[in-house]
Formats: sequence, C-alpha cells, structure tokens
Amino acid sequence: MATAQHFGRTGCDATPVLRERGQREVFCGLTGIIWLHRKIQDAFFLVVGSRTCAHLLQSAAGVMVFAEPRFATAIIEERDLAGMADCNDELDRIVDQMLLRRPDIKLLFLVGSCPSEVIKLDLSRAAARLSVKHGGTTRILNYSGSGIETTFTEGEDACLAALVPGLAADASAKPSLMIVGALPDVVEDQFLRLFDALGIGPVHTLPARRAGAMPPVGPNTRFLLAQPFLGETARALEDRGATRLDALFPFGAEGTTDWLHAAAQAFGVDAMQFRRTIAPGRERAKRALAHARPLLEGRRISFLPDSQLEIPLARFLAIELGMVPVEVGTPYLHRRHLARELALLPAATRLSEGQDVDRQLDRVRADRPDLTVCGLGLANPLEAEGLTTKWAIELVFSPVHGFDQAGDLADLFARPLRRRDLLRV
Amino acid sequence: MQLTVWTYEGPPHVGAMRIATAMEDVHYVLHAPQGDTYADLLFTMIERRGKRPPVTYTTFQARDLGKDTAALFQTAARDAYARFTPGAMLVGASCTAELIQDDPAGLVAAMDLPCPVVALELPSYQRKENWGAAETFYQLVRTLAASPAPNRSNARPTANILGPTALGFRHRDDVIEVRRILNALGIAVNVVAPLGATTADIARLPAADFNICLYPEIADTACRWLAREHGQPVVTTVPIGHGATRDFIAELAALTGIDPAGACDPGHLPWWSRSVDSTYLTGKRVFIFGDATHAIAAARVARDELGFEVVGLGCYNREFARDLRAAAALYGVTPLITDDYLVVEEAIQALQPELVLGTQMERHIAKRLRIPCAVISAPVHVQDFPARYSPQMGFEGANVLFDTWVHPLVMGLEEHLLTMFRDDFEFSDMAGASHLAPLPVAPEPALQAVSPEVAPHPAPDASAARVWSADAERELLKIPFFVRGKARRNTERFAAERDVATITIDTLYDAKAHYAR
Repeated sequence: MATAQHFGRTGCDATPVLRERGQREVFCGLTGIIWLHRKIQDAFFLVVGSRTCAHLLQSAAGVMVFAEPRFATAIIEERDLAGMADCNDELDRIVDQMLLRRPDIKLLFLVGSCPSEVIKLDLSRAAARLSVKHGGTTRILNYSGSGIETTFTEGEDACLAALVPGLAADASAKPSLMIVGALPDVVEDQFLRLFDALGIGPVHTLPARRAGAMPPVGPNTRFLLAQPFLGETARALEDRGATRLDALFPFGAEGTTDWLHAAAQAFGVDAMQFRRTIAPGRERAKRALAHARPLLEGRRISFLPDSQLEIPLARFLAIELGMVPVEVGTPYLHRRHLARELALLPAATRLSEGQDVDRQLDRVRADRPDLTVCGLGLANPLEAEGLTTKWAIELVFSPVHGFDQAGDLADLFARPLRRRDLLRV
Repeated sequence: MQLTVWTYEGPPHVGAMRIATAMEDVHYVLHAPQGDTYADLLFTMIERRGKRPPVTYTTFQARDLGKDTAALFQTAARDAYARFTPGAMLVGASCTAELIQDDPAGLVAAMDLPCPVVALELPSYQRKENWGAAETFYQLVRTLAASPAPNRSNARPTANILGPTALGFRHRDDVIEVRRILNALGIAVNVVAPLGATTADIARLPAADFNICLYPEIADTACRWLAREHGQPVVTTVPIGHGATRDFIAELAALTGIDPAGACDPGHLPWWSRSVDSTYLTGKRVFIFGDATHAIAAARVARDELGFEVVGLGCYNREFARDLRAAAALYGVTPLITDDYLVVEEAIQALQPELVLGTQMERHIAKRLRIPCAVISAPVHVQDFPARYSPQMGFEGANVLFDTWVHPLVMGLEEHLLTMFRDDFEFSDMAGASHLAPLPVAPEPALQAVSPEVAPHPAPDASAARVWSADAERELLKIPFFVRGKARRNTERFAAERDVATITIDTLYDAKAHYAR
C-alpha cells in the first residue's frame, strides 16, 4: 500500500511554495459546464453573462455543440446595464423561454459570471424565486463560474457545492460512502464494482447522472474526493455532518490503492480481503504502466497551473514512472487535501501557486524540461520553440482515474514524446 | 437579456486581438478578468499559430476588486512595454473591465510610454467582434498614417490590400490570389494590412495610389478615412466568384488605365458548371447565411454561376444590413438580418432548402435537419483553416467554391436511382449521400408529426394540424428526400388554401401540378 511512510518523509510537504501574481493563463470556472452538462443528463446550465462568456463556451466546447447542448448564455445587454430593463424580469423571461424549448430539463443552474457578479446581480435570489415558479417540474440552483472567483475545475467545485444543501438528509445509522467528483461513467462503474466486491455499501456518487438521483447526506456519510479541486464541496458536505476520508487521489496503481484503502479502513474491511479484492486491478495497472516506463523514466517534467490535478499527477509520474518533476505549478494549493500527495513528491521539486505567465515561461525556457504540461494557449507556441508539451485540458477530458485507466494516463504523457521521436518532418 | 445558444461573433475585444495578432509589432494590453485568456486559443489552436498572441491581460480576480485594479493595469502595461518593446501599443477593456471603469486610456496617457498608444473604446454590450476589429484598425491607421505621403511616383501604380486579419476565413490564401491578379496587371503592392504589417508599414499606407478594400467588415472604415484624408480611391468589388473576379479586374483596369486582358484567366468553374454533369444542379434551392460580404458574393455565384435558386439570404452583421437588403431584392427573397441562431434555424426549417451555404452554426442546423451544407463564412472551426491552398477569391477561389459546394450534394445518377428504387437496403435516402459518412438514422418528419413528443421543434407551419391520410403519407415518402420537405410544405399550403381537411394522394399530386415549375 502506498502511504507516505512507505516512501519516507523526504517529500515536498515542507518545501516553500513560490507564490506569484501576474497574468494568469487559465480558464474560468464556466468551462466546467462543458463536462458537467454531459454528466448530469437532465440538467441545463444557463450562464448569465456577456458575449465573451458565450464565446468562451462555444470556443471551448468545439464540436460538442454540434449536438443540441444543455447550456446557453443569457447575454446582458446595454439596456440591462442602463436599468431600462429589470434584470430579474429579463431573467424570468429567458428562463421561461429556455424551459419552453427544453421541457425535459429537471435541474437548471443559473451560472454567475464576471459581469453578473460585478453588477451584483443576485442570482441566488433569482434561483429561489424561479424555483417556486417552476416548482414541481424544475429545480433551479445557482453557482458562480466567474473568472474572478474560480479557475477552470473550480467551476465543478462550485456547482457540486451548490447541490449539497439540497441533498436529502440521511438519518440512517448505517454508514454510507459517497464518491465526490464528476467521473466518466466507465470509471464510476469500475469503482462501484470494486466497492461492491469489498462489501462496502451503500455507495453513492456526487453528482449523480440524473437530477432526481442525487445522494442523501448525513452524519454517517463518509466521502472520498475523486478530484483534488473540490474544497468548497468538501466543506459543504462536512457542514452536513459528513466525514472526509483522507487519501491519495486515485491516479495510478498506488494512488488508486491508497484511495480504496481509505474506504476499506473506514468500513472495517479485512486487510486480507482488501488485498485479495484489489490485486487483479492493481496488477493490471502495474503491467500497463510498465509499457510507458521506458519512455518516461528519468524524463524531466514541468506543470503549468491549470486544474489542481498537477500535484497528484506529478506524484504519480514521479513514484510510479520515475519521471523527475522540475516545477509543479497549481492555480490553488489546498494544503489539507493534498498533504499526503505533497509528502510523496521528490524534495527537489519546485512548487508554485498562482502565476505570472511570462516569468514562468522564462523558467520553463531555462529549465528546458523534456515535457511541459500546459494549456492550449501555450502548447503550440512552446512546441514552435522546440519544447515538447502535453496539453493539460485533456487530463480533465479523459478517463484517467482508477486501476484500469493507469496505463492510459501514462500514455497521455508518453504520446507527445513518442510522436516527437516518430515524426521525420 | 438575450438567450444565446450560439453567438456568430465574439465580443469586440476579440476583434481588436485579431488586429494585434495579425500585425508584427503591435502589443495589446487588455484589462480583463482571469479566464479571458481563453481567446488565445482561437489563435494558437483554431488558426494553429506557433506564437502567443501579443496580448497581455491583467487577469484581475475578485480579491483585486477591493484594491487598486487601476494600478494593476498600469503595472501590466509597464511590464508589457519593457518585455516586448512594441512599435505601438493598444490598450483597452473587456466587457467586465468596462463595468469597473478604470479608464485604460487615461491611465496609459499618464504613463507616457515611449511608443504610440491607441486607447480603444469598444462598447462590449452594444458591439461585436467585426466592429471591434474595424474600429481598432481604423484607430491604428488614424494614429500611424496621419502624415501625407512624400510624393507618389507614377512609374507603376501601387495599391494597399486592406482587411485581411488573424482568424479570418481564408484570408491567408485570398491575399495570395489577389496579389497574383495585381501582379498579372503590373500593379505593385505597397502594403498588405493588418495581416503581416508592421507599424512602419501602416505609416507607409498613404504612399499607395489606391486601396483595395478586401474585407469591408474590417477595412471599410479605414478605407473611407484614407480616401478622405489622403485622397486614395477605394476598389470596392470583392473578387469572390468568377464574375466578381472579372468585375474586380475591370475596376482595377478602369482605375489604373491598364489593359485587363493580362489578368483574365478562364478558370475551371465556367466549364465545370456548363458541362452536362452539372445540369442536375439547375434550380437546386439554396439558403445562404454568413457575414454580409461572403453571403452576398455567394448568392451571385449560386444563381449566376451554378444555376441554383436562392431561396433565402441573410447576414449576422447589422453594420452591412443595407447591402444585404439590396442583394436580397435582386433575388426576390426576404432579407434575414439577425444574430439569433434560433431565428436562422426557423428560417431554414420553413424554407426547406436542398443546400445550405453558411457558417459553422448553419452546419449544426443543417446536420439536425439533414440538409447538405457547405461553409462560406466565419465563424468557422479548425477544419476551415486548412493546410492546403484554398482561397475563396480570384479564379482559383471560384474553383474551390465549385468543388466545395457541389460536394455535399448527392451525385446525379445516385439521385435518379434513389428516386426510382426506394427499397435498396444499402442505398436509401435515409443514409444520405453515399460518398459521405452515413448519417445516424433519425425519424422522418412524417413520423415525428405522428408522435409530437419526440419532435423537439414542432413545425412552425400552422397547417401542420391538417391530417395526412396514410396513403398520402406513404406516397410522400416516395418523393426524393431533398425535395420532400418542400413537397410537404406546398401540399399543406395547397390544402389550407382550399380548406381540404384530409390530404389524400390526389391532394398531393394536385399540389404538385399547381406548383410545377
């Protein structure tokens, strides 16, 4: 089992973190809608914002919008700002229009943006008002995905946190397990099968695939975060009496083992049974990782801040594939949730939180890592400078958690290196 | 507020970015919240540029709002100048920064930067991307090209090519094609701008004899100013299509007194279009939507050069509504001027064309309605920034248009066979054109009418309530799919006019005879 003790206390937990302020080359939380609207199948995301917000969503969604998407933007116009139109009346009209077009929608999120927040449009009151109006058919909630408050994956955190107060109270005396974080269906099913085999149950997921199937929560709820960016959601669940199980994030064989083990311990699963149950998956993961190892071992890697997945992924690449993290940047460092991860990072790793993109790029150019994990705004320009990159968004848009995706996860990092060696142009 | 599923244009600061990115030594300092850097992806991914756009964002966050965001802006501008030492700097605000009113213009004036600075006023809640680009280009030209040209030498006529930008639909290749024409005529190119131009090039604009306004959406304002200020005539014909290219050459010839014969190239389009293989294209009903320039040009090519019938024509940029209305009058159609995707969708659904020529968004609509479609205008996605040479302008552009527009249609023989034999298990009209990937089988409109709950968008036609007899419904299915929608609509209209309650096979054929063309 991978625990900090196994790898010694030589990690990064005491390393000073470089904190920088300046231009941040990151997405805002609205982008979370791109995957959340696919995960919760009867939910609709209505952004209240500007043309910029609508433009971001359609640029980011790319081809996905070929299908009728379950998101749209209520664009604030001049007359809304000038007070010629009452923003609340306008919003009511838009919501009516939207629900008429999509009568199948059971859960509507009013998503705050920078403009709606700067003009202090009270979307939580609007949501409450509209919930009454459309009561019985559609629940209406609100969260902020604005750039001024959220970075990329924090949009999911804000969305899930908004769901928590509405979850049914679980008063049962029997403990239950909640997996928190929107995972690809295939990964979710794998985890549910594993917990079932371990005899842990009932197991719920937040979010559920349908608005009507959201999990109950109560003092006997134990929850496992599947993603490192869920600080607000964790706090909201703890406010409802639930207990977080501390674990590594389920990336790679070791991370997944530790994550499952945290649940097994909390539910009193026998150590022998635990090992026996997870052995096949763990073995498969290790075999799959062995394929990528020759290409990745000893290679130096830098992460630019993007999703908060950087630290767990750097840990995975360092301890399971022998990569050497040079700089690991994260938009926000949640020390408590990442304590065990930090302890496993090589002590020489440079940690940074926040960004001044020009200065950070200067460091990347000076470090010349073998692989740079960065956003799509930087990937092609760095490639043109001769630096090999792995674009970071793919890590959020691919099944990467759990034993059976460990090989795929490693391959995401190996592929750009393999391609670089393959091309003769 | 406006409910927006799709937006045809980005906000105006994206237009300003397109100008800055197109140019070589201009830097743009944009006061914007964290997250607005998504716009970099448009250039690095859709256009696949190997350089970061020359844009510094202040990326303020909520915690900055209580403090001095103005100081944040000044620091960003100072650092950007020190790092990039541009020939000129643009400063401006995005939609959110516009709300907090830090006044980038005043702030940067107080800093006294050692380069020309253009402060942009782009009203984000009124205007959009093309307007932002046009305004930015105009302001840059005004600032940098204020002094008159020394004296123009008359040895060889010279022209500026104005309008091509970053993220422009086929701008890269259009410029090559237009240069080729100018070269054939012996006209020298003074400056191409903004694409590839430096600030020094902009200062040299007045040295040309005249300007070619290649993309009016971007360059019209600047061309008008140059005409007024420096007396440069403007060539306004946009050479998209065979006929328009000939007109363009004629306009150049008239302006310079050069014999146009040297630049005239037969191209392939006229012969391809006259060859008997193209006869079946006659009267194909086409719906056209895009920016005004491309839509108007496409309508002419569609009717005069391919023999289609233009059944709908529209644009999303209100700035050129007047030109579009005039063009629509030529084709006897109602102009559609809207930036509301849902309104465009409704129009296409009502008109039931056999081909849609539009933007990326019309591809979505056409896909849903299962109508063949080709892209003629921005907004476009990455596949419309191709590696190969593919202009829209000039004679080669006309060749490209011919291939692109005919490709989505079912070919002639296949069209006949689909009509004659309806039960082939492989080649059915449900599968679409056999040279394209098969479409997923969607319920026919006929079936949707029977079960309205599965049809997300009920037909807007009020006569939908009219009952089709089972026989007539089956007969309707024997009509080739690409005209079936129109046949259904005509029959229902025919029945409504005559107050026929139940549509029978006879009603169907009566209507066919009535509307026979």
